[in-house]
Amino acid sequence: MDFELTQEQELIRKTMSEFTEHEIKPIAAETDRTCAYPKGTIDQLFRYGIMGMSVPKEYGGSGADDLSAALAIEEISKACASTGDIVATHNGLCCGPIIQNGTEEQKQKYLRMLTEGGKLGAFCLTEPDAGSDASKGTTVAKLEGDHYVLNGSKIFITNGYAAEVFVVFAMTDPSKGTKGISAFIVENTFPGFSVGKHEEKMGLHGSPTAEIVFTDCIVPKENLLGKEGKGFKIAMQTLDGGRIGIAAQSLGLAEGAMEEAVNYTKSRVQFGRPISKFQNTQFLFADMAVSIEAGKLLTYQAAMRKTKGQSFTKEAAMAKLFCSEAAMHITTKSVQMFGGYGYTKDFPIERMMRDAKITEIYEGTSEIQRVVISNQIL
Amino acid sequence: MSFNNTDIAAFKDVWVFCEQRQGKLMPTDFELISEGRKLADELGVDLCGLLLGDKVEGLAKELGGYGADKVYVCDSPMLKNYTTGGYTTAICQVIEELKPEVMLFGATNIGRDLGPRCAARLHTGLCADCTHLDVDMPIYKDFLREASTLAPEKIDGLNTAVVLGEKHDVSRDLKMTRPAFGGHLMASIICPRFRPAMATVRPGVMKKNPFDQAKADACEIVKPAFTVTEDDVQTEVVEVVKAAKKLVDLIGADFIVSVGRGISKDVAGGIKLAEELAAELGGVVGGSRATIDSGWLSADHQVGQTGKTVHPKVYVALGISGAIQHKAGMQDSECIIAVNKNDTAPIFEIADYGICGDLFKVTPMLTEAIRAAKASK
Amino acid sequence: MKIIVSVKQVPDTSGKVAVNPDGTLDRASMQTITNPDDLNAVEAALKLKDETGCKVVVVTMGPPPAAGMLREIMARGADEGVLVSAREFGGSDTYATSQILAAAISRIGVEKDDIVMCGRQAIDGDTAQVGPQIAEKLHLPQVTYAADIQKTGDTITVKRMLEDGYMTIKVKTPCLLTCIKELNTPRYMSVGGIFEAYGKPLATFDYETLKNDPLIDPTTIGLKGSPTNILTSFTPPQKGAGMMLEGADKASCEKLAGILTAKHII
Repeated sequence: MDFELTQEQELIRKTMSEFTEHEIKPIAAETDRTCAYPKGTIDQLFRYGIMGMSVPKEYGGSGADDLSAALAIEEISKACASTGDIVATHNGLCCGPIIQNGTEEQKQKYLRMLTEGGKLGAFCLTEPDAGSDASKGTTVAKLEGDHYVLNGSKIFITNGYAAEVFVVFAMTDPSKGTKGISAFIVENTFPGFSVGKHEEKMGLHGSPTAEIVFTDCIVPKENLLGKEGKGFKIAMQTLDGGRIGIAAQSLGLAEGAMEEAVNYTKSRVQFGRPISKFQNTQFLFADMAVSIEAGKLLTYQAAMRKTKGQSFTKEAAMAKLFCSEAAMHITTKSVQMFGGYGYTKDFPIERMMRDAKITEIYEGTSEIQRVVISNQIL
Repeated sequence: MSFNNTDIAAFKDVWVFCEQRQGKLMPTDFELISEGRKLADELGVDLCGLLLGDKVEGLAKELGGYGADKVYVCDSPMLKNYTTGGYTTAICQVIEELKPEVMLFGATNIGRDLGPRCAARLHTGLCADCTHLDVDMPIYKDFLREASTLAPEKIDGLNTAVVLGEKHDVSRDLKMTRPAFGGHLMASIICPRFRPAMATVRPGVMKKNPFDQAKADACEIVKPAFTVTEDDVQTEVVEVVKAAKKLVDLIGADFIVSVGRGISKDVAGGIKLAEELAAELGGVVGGSRATIDSGWLSADHQVGQTGKTVHPKVYVALGISGAIQHKAGMQDSECIIAVNKNDTAPIFEIADYGICGDLFKVTPMLTEAIRAAKASK
Repeated sequence: MKIIVSVKQVPDTSGKVAVNPDGTLDRASMQTITNPDDLNAVEAALKLKDETGCKVVVVTMGPPPAAGMLREIMARGADEGVLVSAREFGGSDTYATSQILAAAISRIGVEKDDIVMCGRQAIDGDTAQVGPQIAEKLHLPQVTYAADIQKTGDTITVKRMLEDGYMTIKVKTPCLLTCIKELNTPRYMSVGGIFEAYGKPLATFDYETLKNDPLIDPTTIGLKGSPTNILTSFTPPQKGAGMMLEGADKASCEKLAGILTAKHII
């Protein structure tokens, strides 16, 4: 196995590390406090080709491999998991399925929009009564002449009120369960498209989450993504890839929290010495470092398998499960090391803990990951 | 060719390039003349100023008052404004003709443009931004004993350098000492094989001699021959603008005076004292989180974890206890001075200099002491 | 039209600086970065490239790993790289370095409408000498401390900073400019740039490549060609534990002011 990053991957990590340090870290607390979508940052990420980086060159992207994409999200998430989430969703959940399943016309039009066009993308699968069980979706799409008519609503949509291009899943034949689901590319300007409630969340305050409502929404026939009835397959395949992004986001959170804790414990003096000199602190850091390293190997492996065209469903689920739980554990322990200061908003550590929680929930809960993994074994 | 820069014996005298802007001498000139005087005495030669400009002869005598035996004045309309080409041409012609052994420039934005260009044209060595200059070996060694961590026996044995594989006696060389790597390392540089030995000297470092009118009157003014044409000048100065000192923000400031909760008994008064001290240092005012949260200062003043991270040359903490959030934003300052009533305040743990006392009493005295110290320089 | 930018790889002195027991810098243990001011020069060149479509060539003198820095600058948008590297060039002081870089730049070729750019100074030596000395060796007019650069035809208008204001200077191409951080904010490497960088031309100029240039002579390059010698290098005494001044009166304030003055802090 080759554990070395390529020269290009090293540079991706380096440039994102510098960008994060200078452009993202200074505003991360403010983004969290004001719950504001960090438009300026995202615009810059479009300019530098991070948004849609895996899109092939002929459609306006850079054709970056999956590991490069994961490294970018990891670096960003060290300082701001909200921004990492926005990028992961755009790249993995919106560009991803169009790259995989789009027609030449769809790719030329939408992938260019999602790269050079500077338009943000989103992914609409979850509904009030269909979370982990996507087969219970009630959003329907009916073909009427040259267009589909969509009705229904989607919730917890990341990038919801900032995005302009959506990959939407709707029932074209409700009698067939998951086999009746189809995927569509929907623009926010289509008649009948509207943004509903903006979610107020525990964490990820900079990530714009909203309900998306379709009321007799007119979607041209040519915007069907893949074939009718193949939507569930597209969704699952997309989520496989998306999980690598969430694993990377979780890794970044864990690394960012540990770095903060290391710096803090070196300068915080109690009982006459820095608390980093206490063995309890040292052992905690040792365990954190092991988790982070293991998480990296799982995540990078899944990304490399995806790029090579090998199956990666199990590996991506393992990476997502392990890294998200590690992020929750490490951020929680880090808050503990900060003591009372850790509970205040003077330090970024409480934000990281709040942000980490969602990684165990979205894009397949930890429980669903275990289902996916065990299905691959049994 | 009459100019042979390796004929060391043919060169004598210490020269100082005396920079003038719009017909006014720069403060560095007096510092350099004073330092040059010391070096000339150690070498037993004359100290000469070199003054370029248009109708600037009248400025020359004042340089004598700080120690110049002689001032060479190059007067020409072509030299009215500083241009790299015009000044380099004139200076190199005069140096080739008169052969000084040491040539000093102030390390100003002009000196650092001109010095390297002259050194390259004359094919000699230049040491940039020096903070200490010596010729006399015992004095130089005393300096090393105080300012370095070198072993005493190493300092004692420092009489020669290996130059092109041979031992070279450095006793008559100019030892040019300067910081490198952001001040983490110091180096003493010599220019053993070529003359003149050139240095640019950091402004504000060398001590100015007291002005002596008799010496000023005795100072000889000489007008050497030189030719500068349009072709030499190469650039066109469209305008020279003197800007009012722009407000510096905390991040870029060299000096920061911050206030904390300790000003609570008289907020306006405390801030005013900090402003006066900052003005004297040429810096800006900052504040701890308490001062921002209380609305005493606006948010852009805040230093610390939730504010700005700063690393000025000097950080003065007035009435700041030094909570960990505050320290995170300023502990990398080069020099930290803390004034606090409480002698157990954590700020004293990281301060280079601490005064335990009431900031309302100490600050005005400190401002005054710094003003006096600066004036006597 | 093309712009040749001279850059340097330097140890990152903003972090922890490690010094060997003999007083020399422990370079091996330090991170290297592209000299910050040089990135402003690169950005100025890339801006002119954005406006005019001109070519940007980046040149550095250093050991072979400095090629990595050139790739990073190509990932920001420079078109070509030149690494000047040879044992014979080792030990050069600023004079000899300028001599070698001038030879390298004239081999790249400085034509009528070309510009050479440098950073104001490098953070390892802080000498600010190499730019002006390259200009002298190439007989180019120079403008240092550039805070604004405007190009109209063959005339460059530069806002040249002084301590107490600025000068507006007009200079014709070819010329050399040194750039300060106020000039611009350097762009980051882009993803597209990174994937193109390793495919761009990168030449290595060794002693053989440059030896026929009249500037390259055993007496003008390397240790032998350096007019200056280091007599000694040393570390200043360690910053000791903090000092509490006795009393809070006029005398203690004067004592403090005296210490600050003696240490050239104020």
